[in-house]
Amino acid sequence: MTMLSRPVYGVLTPQTGKNHLLIADADGASAITDFAKKAPPGFFASAEIMYLDGPDGAKNVQALKALSPARFYQGPSIAAALPRLRQLLAESHMGLRLYVAGTEGLIGQIVQIANEAGIEYTAVQTEHRGSLARRVQCVHCKGITENVTTQPCTCAHCGLLLLVRDHYSRRYAAFQGVCINAEDPTEIPPTEEIFR
Amino acid sequence: MGINFRQETFRDDYSFKNSPEQIRRFPFPFPEDKYMYSVNIEPHVPGLKDTVFEHLFDVDEHYISEMQDRALVLAEDPLRCQSLPHMELAGWDTLELLMTEKAKSYPDLFTLTRDGDKWHWINRPLGIDDHFTFGDSSTLPYGPLEYITRQSQGDFAVLDQRDNNLWMDAGIVTTQADWSLDFDIGMNFFEWHAPVPLAHQMGVFTRALKFLMAMQQGQPSRRHNWTMTINSRLDTSPENFHKWGTDRATVTPENVGQKVHLRVEVQMFFRLPRSNALLFPIRCYLLKMDELVTSPKWARRFHRVLRDLPNELAEYKGLVRYRPTVVEWLSKYDDGAPTSAGLGPD
Amino acid sequence: MKAGSNRIEAVVTNVVAVNELVKRFHFERADGGLLPTFSGGAHIVVEMRDDEKTRLNPYSLMSSPLDTRDFRISIRRDDVGRGGSLFMHRKVKPGDRMVISNPVNLFSLDLRAKKHLMIAGGIGITPFVAQTSQLAAGSGNFELHYAVRNDALASYADVLKERHGSRIHLYRDDSGETLDLARVLATQPLGTHLYVCGPAGMITWVRNTAAAAGWPAERVHFEHFAAPQPGKPFDVRLAVSGVDIQVGEHESLLEAIEAAGLDPPYLCRGGVCGQCETNVISHDGKFLHNDHWLSEEDRQSGCKIMPCVSRFEGKSLVLER
Repeated sequence: MTMLSRPVYGVLTPQTGKNHLLIADADGASAITDFAKKAPPGFFASAEIMYLDGPDGAKNVQALKALSPARFYQGPSIAAALPRLRQLLAESHMGLRLYVAGTEGLIGQIVQIANEAGIEYTAVQTEHRGSLARRVQCVHCKGITENVTTQPCTCAHCGLLLLVRDHYSRRYAAFQGVCINAEDPTEIPPTEEIFR
Repeated sequence: MGINFRQETFRDDYSFKNSPEQIRRFPFPFPEDKYMYSVNIEPHVPGLKDTVFEHLFDVDEHYISEMQDRALVLAEDPLRCQSLPHMELAGWDTLELLMTEKAKSYPDLFTLTRDGDKWHWINRPLGIDDHFTFGDSSTLPYGPLEYITRQSQGDFAVLDQRDNNLWMDAGIVTTQADWSLDFDIGMNFFEWHAPVPLAHQMGVFTRALKFLMAMQQGQPSRRHNWTMTINSRLDTSPENFHKWGTDRATVTPENVGQKVHLRVEVQMFFRLPRSNALLFPIRCYLLKMDELVTSPKWARRFHRVLRDLPNELAEYKGLVRYRPTVVEWLSKYDDGAPTSAGLGPD
Repeated sequence: MKAGSNRIEAVVTNVVAVNELVKRFHFERADGGLLPTFSGGAHIVVEMRDDEKTRLNPYSLMSSPLDTRDFRISIRRDDVGRGGSLFMHRKVKPGDRMVISNPVNLFSLDLRAKKHLMIAGGIGITPFVAQTSQLAAGSGNFELHYAVRNDALASYADVLKERHGSRIHLYRDDSGETLDLARVLATQPLGTHLYVCGPAGMITWVRNTAAAAGWPAERVHFEHFAAPQPGKPFDVRLAVSGVDIQVGEHESLLEAIEAAGLDPPYLCRGGVCGQCETNVISHDGKFLHNDHWLSEEDRQSGCKIMPCVSRFEGKSLVLER
């Protein structure tokens, strides 16, 4: 049984609303094109797509543009898109609906930014596609290690060997990492690649 | 009744210990010779003399030293006290509740004078004498929650109530049994309890949440929980687990009596009037094994509880490494005789 | 421990006719002390001893949560109800002693809101009178839209205008003024919470309009107490206590259970809080479910009833009480 703090992702479903913002990374682009097949006619006339393609995502650009969204943005990373996203949310009104598709790291970070802007996580449509790599917060030094695929993992900041728990914080958009050999630092458990 | 405040430490040389009177009033948590997780909520009614339940908020001989330890923890890691922006009103509710109750229960130690929103607070044990404006944070050296909980034993979580759930949106946590406020803040009732084994499947949290959401002003309730701690360390935080985790490997048959502690949390629930939030004080009491066995009944019963504890719970409570040593040590105090009903030491 | 049992001995210190339909009642503690602090949106339950009959009705507190010297409630006269409002209007006088409950809040503000948008209809204004006082004192961002029949029945519109100025928007039906809700909803910043209190039809209209405009359901809060309705008398067996009772025409099932000396828990007495939910052991007849608590499955199964507002017609009903 997975832990109850672990987010549950669904399948993007059209919502009633005045405006729609869809955000995807390279893994999530196909979720948006799948979603478009069940969206009502004219849906994309009041929609913006933010596509954060990363190094190898350019292949999806044409398919997303073909949906004819009112606005289309292509950016290389969440960090790069952040100023645009923050301004868009600050100027938006109730009636804006948010959809996020892609890796767990992308979904977590967009949900976190949306929450600050006044959209609760329960109101965000999410769909997970792609890698299961985790963002892990070290409970000891508070640093976040990105793209963790192993159990245990080494904290990129303080170097402690961390047990990656299923316990998840929306506020940090990260799983919790706790020192795995605190009772006996000489015990070094084997490392397994499990978050793929 | 004067309290003889002890000067002692909960770190480094661990000079903490309980006086014989304090041992007698220890909130021993086991009503029978076995333990299983349960909701065990009861009304928090003050009045039981010579117990920790004599007043709504117990002040005991460890008060000054515990507050000094809290100040040390906060200086090292200010993230142990946090409040999301919408929780300030609940912070003032908490301050009002703690000040009024302390002044009422211990008039020789605490005095509160109110003139409209002009308040005057005197805390004699800690040498505090402050005038401030109720509701105006700029008139206090800290936010209202931090100000009053730097003067109150135990951890405090403040839970916002909305959307049919409770949300851990503020708190001060420096004497915790291994959970991180910084990580859990903003979570709902099921999320912050997610790591607890067995209880979810038993429906414990669904029932507890229903009860807590219906809690009313003026009718607080309480439950207890327990674990064990090696050395009298109050701050068994996950943040510092890599520093204190090795303690668990230091238990030997020779040092059980002084090193191993039963740790009882008295958890209370209060509806806060202005914010409609719930205040969740978690008060920690420590008892050395040497102190526990001064009551033959407690010694017998705790031996049986610890020996028969399900493995999942032992794992969750972090007892696995030293449980056999402690059970073996306790067995010398268990002649197999039946134990009497009730919690008292006999 | 029983919910709802914290009773306060109070004295009626003032009764004010607000207009031809509404009276305001002021309560102070009989012992002269301060009343409990509360949060905007809270209600109290007032015990009415009307000869042989005891009624307990919930009313929203409308005084400022910042001043607990007295509690104030406003009651609209209902000439066809079970008689609680008529009792208050006709029989309660200053100086009378009455028992009231501790405040309970089932309609609280979400303090995370970047803005609070409030919609009131008629006597549904009362919780907002308290909430706007609370918000104004803490420099909270709010806007209130208040629909009334006419100026004469616009309870507290003048007070609210005076206190909060342009944040109050009044719509008088007889002057043809209507609330363009879709337009109001379209211009609210992200992070706004919507609150509605008024007649059932208005609540449904606001919820539907908000849903159509893309407001998540968790952002729409409504105060939806159902007053217990009169109905045909019916017999009930309380199996646990082994008592047979009859529920009178103007009595609720909960009141009849209490009259038999039982002490079931309650908070709202209006079919929303779920506290008095009672298991049905057997029945031969039909339920008149008037609550907002039980799920459709619960109702279909016939194994639960909310005695505060729901009734029964038929041959026999056995409850687990």
